[in-house]
Amino acid sequence: MFQLSSEAKQQVLNELKRYESKQSAVLPALYIGQKENQGYISPDVIKALSVLMEIPESQINEVFTFYTMYNKEKVGKHHIQICRTLSCMLVGAQELTEHLCKELNVKLGEVTRDGKFTVTEAECLGSCGTAPMMQVTSLDSDKYYENLTPESAMNIVRAMK
Amino acid sequence: METKYLTEFYHLPEFKNLDGYRKNGGYIQLTKALLMQPQAIIDEVKASGLRGRGGAGFSTGMKWGFLPKNNEPRYLLCNADEGEPGTFKDRMMMEKAPHQLIEGMIISAFAIGSKKSYIYVRGEYEESITTLLTAIQEAYKAGLLGKNILGSGFDHDMDVYRGAGAYICGEETGMISSLEGLKGQPKLKPPFPAVQGFLKKPTIVNNVETLAAVKYILRDGAQGYRKYGTEKSAGTKLFSLSGNVNKPGNYEVPLAYPLKDMINILGGGIKNGKKLKAVIPGGSSAPVMTAEEVERATLDYECLAQMGTMLGSGAIIVIDDSKCMVECLANLTHFYRHESCGQCTPCREGTGWLEKIVHSILSGNGRMEDIDLLIKVADNMKGKTICALSDAAALPVLSFVTKFRDEFEYFVQHGKSKVKGTAYKTPNYIADKGHAHA
Ligand SMILES: Cc1cc2nc3c(=O)[nH]c(=O)nc-3n(C[C@H](O)[C@H](O)[C@H](O)COP(=O)(O)O)c2cc1C
Ligand code: SF4
Repeated sequence: MFQLSSEAKQQVLNELKRYESKQSAVLPALYIGQKENQGYISPDVIKALSVLMEIPESQINEVFTFYTMYNKEKVGKHHIQICRTLSCMLVGAQELTEHLCKELNVKLGEVTRDGKFTVTEAECLGSCGTAPMMQVTSLDSDKYYENLTPESAMNIVRAMK
Repeated sequence: METKYLTEFYHLPEFKNLDGYRKNGGYIQLTKALLMQPQAIIDEVKASGLRGRGGAGFSTGMKWGFLPKNNEPRYLLCNADEGEPGTFKDRMMMEKAPHQLIEGMIISAFAIGSKKSYIYVRGEYEESITTLLTAIQEAYKAGLLGKNILGSGFDHDMDVYRGAGAYICGEETGMISSLEGLKGQPKLKPPFPAVQGFLKKPTIVNNVETLAAVKYILRDGAQGYRKYGTEKSAGTKLFSLSGNVNKPGNYEVPLAYPLKDMINILGGGIKNGKKLKAVIPGGSSAPVMTAEEVERATLDYECLAQMGTMLGSGAIIVIDDSKCMVECLANLTHFYRHESCGQCTPCREGTGWLEKIVHSILSGNGRMEDIDLLIKVADNMKGKTICALSDAAALPVLSFVTKFRDEFEYFVQHGKSKVKGTAYKTPNYIADKGHAHA
């Protein structure tokens, strides 16, 4: 059964006090919960947050399902998100996605067998002038890699522990 | 050439820190503003002709004037959601010059009598968020935020709120719902946020670039600010140039700058010796222009409106002649279907249909009547919904199909792209069905 660490609990309690309305803490709390649960949100996480925040599960769940940055399923240790929207598409985003999927031997959304990587596509990430690009979300970092070629992207991915 | 007005010191890494910012004129205008009558600041902003840089281009001074004239608490909300495809200027402004935004926000908050402001930043902009939080802390330590700012008696608190991935949270009422910790669904207007916004209190929502410009209006006065641009499009604007050009990037120019110079001079022309085919001038929601139209266009609100498109967020997406317009449109219809929040039937169903029909053409299974069906579906999505996303989804479809109809017809007749000469490979994303946020 999933439990929030005492540090995470404290963080959630701080968020509850941070805004004029207690409900505003739901978005930050979901980020904290996601981090505690290896990068995705399971029903247990919602339950734990609900108890701690004294906000009904249904209310947290509704918010959780609305936003795409909360993962609904387990992802790899490094979640590679490639921007697919027009500016990136025009300069080769699709080739980038295909190359990474092929080299890592996964379909979009799957986790590699060693649990290290998941590749997904994202909508415009605001990096259109330095396209094509990918964002890699790992447990303790969130980083943009820009001006990529399929090869340079793969080199970056290979270097990830 | 660029006119570096807001971006004058962006090349200095030290501009990011309080010290470096102060060395280059930072917070002088705040000191000045705090000695002014708030109404005088609003009047100056009104007289400057500043129009919102987030997309709709509404007069900033006029919007501030809609606030109720009483002592009710009110909020200032900075829109840093920057989700409009092709736009990446706010991110640069926050990462290179966080104090410029903060100073603009404190001045604006003083003008409208707000004691609390939030910067709502899209969740993916981790670096912008960290940079802003650091800068806000610096400002508190220096007495620029908090109680009795610089001994003026004015109190103001500022915080950052992180979004979590949803284009619709860039729409101001969707943003307010999100900041309240709810689904980011837009609400019917009126009431407008200036009357009833965050926690039902009056709330002014402005874009990053709009708020950053306020300081310069105080520095140079309304007339000084009007030195750039035209009567109806005053000042400079940051344009995000992307797509098939040699030098993509953010460029600051006076409004009414020629679009062709943006592409050929600042952008270094079309990449790989190709020719220009089309340009989307104001973010993906703005109707597309042909190469011939680009020759005549200037980057201001009135010229682009006259030409049936819009300045929007200032995101210029350049498409060269080796690209298939059916494929480009398919990319955008997917975006809008994915991002529709699903509250309104015309938008929820319409975005789904648009994507289905365009992809049916793209896969070689289109029928001739599908082309007019696209126009019919898109027409039915306009002006009928809670927010403007539905219109934003319809406009690219109408303009692509009307202006590049030959490419759509060719695709239907031959089952392959007129430009690429091949049948189309199914895009990766097509496996992803449904509205992500509904
Ligand atoms: C679907 C949709 C998405 C929007 N996204 C943004 C955005 O990402 N950033 C922004 O500043 N304004 C966005 N807007 C416009 C806002 O609703 C609002 O008009 C703006 O924040 C007002 O600020 P301004 O007057 O300073 O431009 C969007 C509007 C719509 C309908
Ligand atoms: S128009 Fe679309 S995005 Fe806007 S509120 Fe209606 S369903 Fe949601």
